Parts: sequence; C-alpha cells; structure tokens
Amino acid sequence: MSVDSMNPDLVNKKFKIIGTRPPRPDGIDKVTGRARYGADFTMPGQLIGLVLRSPHAHALIEKIDTSKAEKLLGVKAVITSKDLPDLTGGDRGMFDILENCMARKKALYDGHAIAAVAAVDAATARKALKLIDVKYKVLPHVTDVDEALKPDSPVIHSHVFTEGIEPAPTKPSNWNKRAEYGHGDVDAGFREADVVISRSYKTEQTHQGYIEPHSVSASVSPDGMAEMWVCTQGHFVYRNQCATLLGLDANKLRVTASEIGGGFGGKTHVWAEPLALALSRKANRPVKLTMTRDEVFRCTGPTSSTSVDVKIGAKKDGTITAAYAELRYQGGAFPSNWAEFGAMTSWACYDLKNVKSVSKDAIVNRPKCAAYRAPSAPAAAFAIESTVDEVAKAIGMDPIDFRIKNAAKEGTKSSYGPVYGPIGIGPTLEAAKNHPHMKAPLGKNMGRGMACGFWFNFGGQTCVDVNITPDGNVNVAQGTIDVGGARAAIAMAVAEELGVAYENVRSVVADTSSLGHNDMTDGSRGTFSSSMAAVFAARNAITVLRNRAAKIWEIPVDEVEWKDGAAHAKGTHHGNRTPLSLKEIAAQAGNTGGPMAGHAEITADGAGVSFATHIADVETDPETGRSLVKRYTVIQDAGKALHPSYVEGQYQGGAAQGIGWALNEEYVYGKDGRLQNAGFLDYRIPVCSDLPFIDTQILEIANPHHPYGVRGVGETSIVPPLAALAIAVSNATGVRQTHLPMSPPRVLKSLKSK
Amino acid sequence: MGVHVKTTVNGDEVEFTCAEDEVLLDVLRNRLGLTGAKEGCGTGDCGACSVILDGRLVCSCLVLGAEMQGKKVETIEGMAVGQKLHPLQQHFIDGAALQCGVCTPGFLMAADALLRKNPNPTEEEIRFGLAGNLCRCTGYDKIVRAVQAAAKEMRG
Amino acid sequence: MSNRHIIHLWGALRPFAGGALSISVEAFTIRELFRKLSELHPGMEPHIKRGVAVSIDGKIYRDQWETPLPPDAEIYLLPRVPGG
Repeated sequence: MSVDSMNPDLVNKKFKIIGTRPPRPDGIDKVTGRARYGADFTMPGQLIGLVLRSPHAHALIEKIDTSKAEKLLGVKAVITSKDLPDLTGGDRGMFDILENCMARKKALYDGHAIAAVAAVDAATARKALKLIDVKYKVLPHVTDVDEALKPDSPVIHSHVFTEGIEPAPTKPSNWNKRAEYGHGDVDAGFREADVVISRSYKTEQTHQGYIEPHSVSASVSPDGMAEMWVCTQGHFVYRNQCATLLGLDANKLRVTASEIGGGFGGKTHVWAEPLALALSRKANRPVKLTMTRDEVFRCTGPTSSTSVDVKIGAKKDGTITAAYAELRYQGGAFPSNWAEFGAMTSWACYDLKNVKSVSKDAIVNRPKCAAYRAPSAPAAAFAIESTVDEVAKAIGMDPIDFRIKNAAKEGTKSSYGPVYGPIGIGPTLEAAKNHPHMKAPLGKNMGRGMACGFWFNFGGQTCVDVNITPDGNVNVAQGTIDVGGARAAIAMAVAEELGVAYENVRSVVADTSSLGHNDMTDGSRGTFSSSMAAVFAARNAITVLRNRAAKIWEIPVDEVEWKDGAAHAKGTHHGNRTPLSLKEIAAQAGNTGGPMAGHAEITADGAGVSFATHIADVETDPETGRSLVKRYTVIQDAGKALHPSYVEGQYQGGAAQGIGWALNEEYVYGKDGRLQNAGFLDYRIPVCSDLPFIDTQILEIANPHHPYGVRGVGETSIVPPLAALAIAVSNATGVRQTHLPMSPPRVLKSLKSK
Repeated sequence: MGVHVKTTVNGDEVEFTCAEDEVLLDVLRNRLGLTGAKEGCGTGDCGACSVILDGRLVCSCLVLGAEMQGKKVETIEGMAVGQKLHPLQQHFIDGAALQCGVCTPGFLMAADALLRKNPNPTEEEIRFGLAGNLCRCTGYDKIVRAVQAAAKEMRG
Repeated sequence: MSNRHIIHLWGALRPFAGGALSISVEAFTIRELFRKLSELHPGMEPHIKRGVAVSIDGKIYRDQWETPLPPDAEIYLLPRVPGG
C-alpha cells in the first residue's frame, strides 16, 4: 500500500491522543519485576547450553575431541560445526553468519565459538566444556585496522580479494572493499581555497552495551516442529535465518520475542540461537542458552574501530570549496561494508560543489561487527565535524554560522548522490544558534562544542492486525519489537484513528506464527512503519465497521461515516438516527457477518532522512585529563512526536551512548590478540554521576510520507556526540583531540605534546 | 552436598537448598521463581541484580545463597503492596524513566535504599546513590527526575 | 511519454557498465528497471539480489518495486544501508 494514496491533509490534523503522554502497557510489569525477558523463561525438561570458545585470536582447528564430554553423566548433546552443515546454497552472507556462529576450519577471533554442550544443569555443562579437547595451530593475528590494510599483514580469508580496485588483485588480502562517493573536482577545489586543513583521526572499538545478555530457549522436535523464545530486535528475521541455517521449514519454527533488555543494533544478528536449536535437535529436549557478560563483549557484534583522514578547503568568506575523506574501518573477522556506509554519510550535512569520500573496509581478528545505532555515521561525523570546526576557527567564523552557510538544503546534491527534497538540517542549526545553551557562560577549564549529524531512516516490511473484541475493545497485533514504548505509540495511533480512548486499545507483539513477516526494529523504523501500518489497519477496520452499521440500519454503506468512535448516518434521509458506537456494533458482530478486523500489510518506503545538532559543555581537569560533561543539549527533528516522552528518551539515550563512546569506552586488545576488558568494570559506560540532565528540543517538520508526519528518531542522536565532545574537549584543553575515546591518559598525553 | 537455608524474602518465610557456591541471584531466579533481579554481568558491576539485604543494598550476584540463613531479603517483587505501587514505581512509569526496563528493578531497589537513608537527597546525592546501577537506554535523566518526584511525594 | 531514464550508478556497479557513471535504461517502474539492468548487464544481478536502494528525486525506495519512475526524475542506485 503506497503512502502517497493517503490523504496528505491528515499530516496537519488536530490530534486527540497523538502527542499526549499516556502510560505504556508494559509499564507495571517492568516496575514490578513481572516482565519476562530472554532469560526469564523456562521450558519443562530444559537443558542448559554452554559454548566453548577459542582462546586464540587466529588459529587452525586441527582436531576437536568431544568424546569425554559426551560420556559425562548429565550431558545430552555436544555439537561442533559438523552438526551445522552448510545449507546456505552459495549465499556468502549467510555462510559468514554460519561460520561466525561456530568456527569451521579456523578460529578467527578470541572468543569464536568452537563447540557447544547441553546438559542437565549449568555445573555439568561447565564440566563438559573442560572435557572437550581442542588441538589448535596458532597463527599470526592482526587486530588493528591500519595494520590489516598493510600488504604484509597475515591474511585471514584466502578467498577475499579486494573489490572495487583496478586492476583486480591476484593475491588475497584483508582489504575486502574499496568504494568512492562524491562529485566535482576536489583538486581544483583545494587550489581555490584560502585555507586548507588536513587531519587524521582514530576511534577505538565500542559495544552497544545493552544490559541484558543474549538469551534463547529453543525446542526442536524430530518432526521439524520448533519453538524459540528469544530476546531479539527482529524475531521474524531470526526465524528466517535460523530456519535456513538449520534446514528447518520457516513456518514450522515459531519464534516468540521476549521483552528485550536493549539492542541498539546488537540484537539484529544471530549468534547463540542456531547453536541452541542444533543442541535441542540433537538432544531432543529444550535447551536454554544464555550468554555471560564476558561472552557478550568478546563474541557478539561490537562496532568498528576506525582510522579516518579528512581534508577541507574553504574561502575566507566561509564557503567550503573542497571536501575529502578517506575512511578505513574494520568489520571484524568477515568481509563487510561499514566503511562504505561511513563514506556515504560523511558529508551528508553539507552543500558541496567538490566532494570525495573513499572507503576501505578491512578484516581483522576481532568479532564480526554489527550495527550500533546509526552504524558507521558517528565515527565519520567525529572526523568531519572536528575538521569543520578547525576550518571555521582558521577563518575566524562562528562554528554555527559556518555550518549554516554550507548546510545542505532542498535541491542540494548530496555527497552520496541524489538531490535532497525538503530536509531539516537548517532548522536544527537555527534552533541551536538561538538556544540559551549557546549563550551560557563557561567556567574555568571548560570548553563548548557543537556538531551536526545525519542518518537515513527506513520503512521496510510491516504488517499489523486490528481485532475488535466482542465487548467493543480493540486488540492490536504488531510484528515490530518494542524497545522503548512502541506498543504505546501503536495503541495511540489506533485509538486516534478509531476515535476511542487509549485505554480501550491493547497492542501486543505477535509471534512469528500469528502474523506475517515484519522486518527488524532497526533503522529507526519501529514506530515509523508500525504506526503507519497500524493507521492503515485501523482505517481498514473502519470500513468493516461502517459496513456493519449499514447492515444494522439497512441503509447503503456510502451513507455511513465514521466519526468520534461511532458510525453516523449521513444525509437528510437517514440523518436523525442515533450514532452507533463501536461497542454497540461489536455487540451485534455475530449477526452482521462475524468477527471484525482490519489488516494492513505494507512496505513503508520514503522514511526520509533525519538531522540533529548537539551542543556539549565539558570541564577537563588539566592534571588528571578527566572530562566531565557539564551541560548537554539535543536538537532533532522528529516529524511528529507520537509520544513526546519516548522521543525525548531516544534523544537522551543516544546522546549518553555517544558520550561514553567519546570519553571512556574502548576495546583493549593485548599483543596476544585477546580482549583485555570484557566486562563492565573495565569497559566503562557512563554511570548516573557522570552525566548532567540532557536537554532536548523536538522539532516537528512533518514527514509528508507518513499519515501523521512521523520520522524515525532512534538512531540520529548517537551521530553528533562524538564530534561535539571532541570539539568541546579540544576547546577546553587548547589541543585538538583526534583519538577517541578521550580517556584521561589520552588527554594527558595530548596536553604534554602541546 | 548442598546447604539448607531458612530465610525471609519479602516478608515471607522461605526454605531452600542450594549449592555452597551458588549466589543469591541464582537462588532467587532458579529456585524461588523470583526473576525480577536480572543478571547483567555476574560480577557486581551493573547493579541489575540489586536487592536489599537486612536493610542494605547489595548485588545479589556477589552474595551467596548460603549466607541468607536468618536474614531478611527484599526484592523488587515485594515493593508494591497488593495493588498499590510504591511511589518510586509509579513515578518511574509516569516520568517515562524506563525504556527497555531491564535495569529498572535494580534501580528501584537502589532508589528505595537511598531514600530510606536520605529522604531529601540533592541531585548530586541521587546521582552518586545510583552510580552502582547501569542504564544504557535512558541517559539517566528521567530516572533522576522520577526519584526526585517520588522523594517529594514521600516527604508529604 | 518516454520511459527512458538516466540511471546513476554507485561505484560497485560501474565496472559492470564498462566503468560508466550512468547508463540509459527504458523502464516504467523500479521492478522493470531491475529486470532490464539484469538483462543488459548480467554482472549487476548479484548486487540487485543482495539488495539495492533506488533514490527517485531524493526519496529512497528499498521495497516498493511497483513505484513508477517519473519522466525526467533523478534516479540513483545506492547500497542498502543497515540500521541499528
């Protein structure tokens, strides 16, 4: 169903429920401990699954002897890659997922799964793991992105030849792809410039840091009927992937999504799920597999560490004449495109005549990277915005005015190719310029930074069912996972359309057997697309309700309209009939045609793009190098905020993650290629005392491609903070910070070099 | 093998048998059916397993089930009284102080312990009082505001 | 009404069009465009199968293959970017 067929006048409609702040349906369960997350589920007769993992960053697996483990009393199944044959049919992407779930010929990173056991309890499973004998031949490893791109680095995959360079290489390497975006002539642009600034930046690897470790309970019967309870951002995609990898019929694998304790892109990928299913199939009993925190850090999907070079040329009047970036990202132990996505987003905020971004994607002996909120954009924005700031200073222009002068607008040719339609970067910059934060005085050792960010938003496949209950209430079945209030937002949209009270509508996340396919909750698409589908499903239900009222009144259906939660007879001929409420029609459903429902199955495209501007004040102690965030403001366009508290929450959460990424969080790999800090003590995410209140300003520039004007909001807020904080600390210390995180030792080192 | 323990959980007398090295978190979740306390890390760094033990806030992953003999344990499941939510619980909902909610039981325990000791905390005292609980979704803004609002209501 | 369009290619597709930055294709819809591309430049087919986004006058389409290609629209083929 195309959005363009819907009435655009509704974009500016006066809402009764949309924009208010009603309580969410899962609120009481979550504050009383009743809500069931991944690990809160038990299947009768279940076994406990545990995974044996490689202690080496890179090694040939010469032999795995599981015989002693299999003989241990209480062990019901042991699996290796032999139990996961290649059923991917030549799909390299799926094969990489399979190999990442369990090593085949080589261990590719510290923590790579080698084997797994299912036993009657955790203690027995742990003993069994110790009884598995693995003979490794340790190979040289590489964990740094720039080292991996050197011609002499140890090659990790012998089938990988760099894509995108001419002539095509004849030798395999860890450089899996080169890509280029841009237009114009950057060399000519640099020649025109009065000021040219070149700088190189590095960011270390970070993890999404969700508090809930991955957990799955799986049950596979010999007839191929299977069930899974799992915390995931997309249970339909998990179902489809697991079915492929295990050779199960997808329709026989019923996946129920538990409540999810955070994902941020890290639960869009399977790791333990195929292993739990394989163990369950072999043991013919349910298997529950929960990762430890150590495993989450070591063996799931962190984001890339990066190395980026930026060069900007500008005239004295502030016009950027040329912009160039080379972005080198590592995607972990498998080929990826993360640097390419960084190249696509890097200059998106600006209107540039001459621009070029080159990306190099590298393979290293680290876990396979997954998306983290707005994947690839934060590190690119850090490098670009820091350099933009430096150029503005060199010209002597205010940093906001410099950005306003060069900002993309409707009609700008984007750096990734297409010409922009109406976009919101101008309004966020103007709002930042006029925000009281910009005028607040700064104290001793303090610095201020502002930065912009951009992210694509998606629609994707979505379906929603609206069912009217016999007592005149409304049940909604959605297929997009609720990570932070989406069920409330969907219920609000349905209540708004039907004209009933919010309290009369309940939305649940349906399992994969009860609803058609729904794409992941990622790409900021959850509320955008499921609210769109919910609106269409409700309108579909209204058609049914009008038909039923027409039958009850024995009048033609085109003389029935739906208004304020009731059917009204139109026209002078039928005008004095008392309206029929939804409840009254529902009471007569049995004799007017049966149960009443509305459906919508859509692909929601045209989600548009999203812009944000952030302002950060930090105080950096010159003796310890420690930075404290004293004030933080997020200004972002939401199109239409269905539930403003939840939109604010997304802005604040993304900003907090960006703050951690900028100031403290990093993966520390030793010379042995092993992760040194796989826990929350030494992988330091922001705690309550690290942060101030985070101010938010929601701009509402309606998205014409959604019935209520909604834009995706979940991701963009993680894009500007790295840059805003780097600029702030640079201003506080007087030294340009080019390596994240700006941990105290790193900042002190930069001060010494001053 | 195994230790027999008699203790009080949320005001109820409870008996269980656990292994010597079994932590209270696993006893609560696997033996007593109280899954409100969560394992976020197993090493006492995230606070998602927080409970109140003899009036003191502890990480239940750092305390042994065997140590519970004769002690008083309070978990999230005991916070509401019948249908009436504790003001902290109500303000967390009203103030949207939870997104995914997995850290929420731990935060409510920590906030409860804080307000019992300090019914009128400053913003800084709240932030430091909750610094042992990690949240990845909210940035803590609405959590602090909810604790402030609940504290105000509880002071009357 | 002509259904001939200039289709701008991103880097990964250009080798299959002899290095050209853009090619000319006759198609009324996104679906027809993909079919014609696979016929004219078979090397592009694996990329299309892996997932390609189409920008029509700045609006990005990933799934709505029945979308018509308006005359004189600016059409770009782009990789499908993941979300988190």
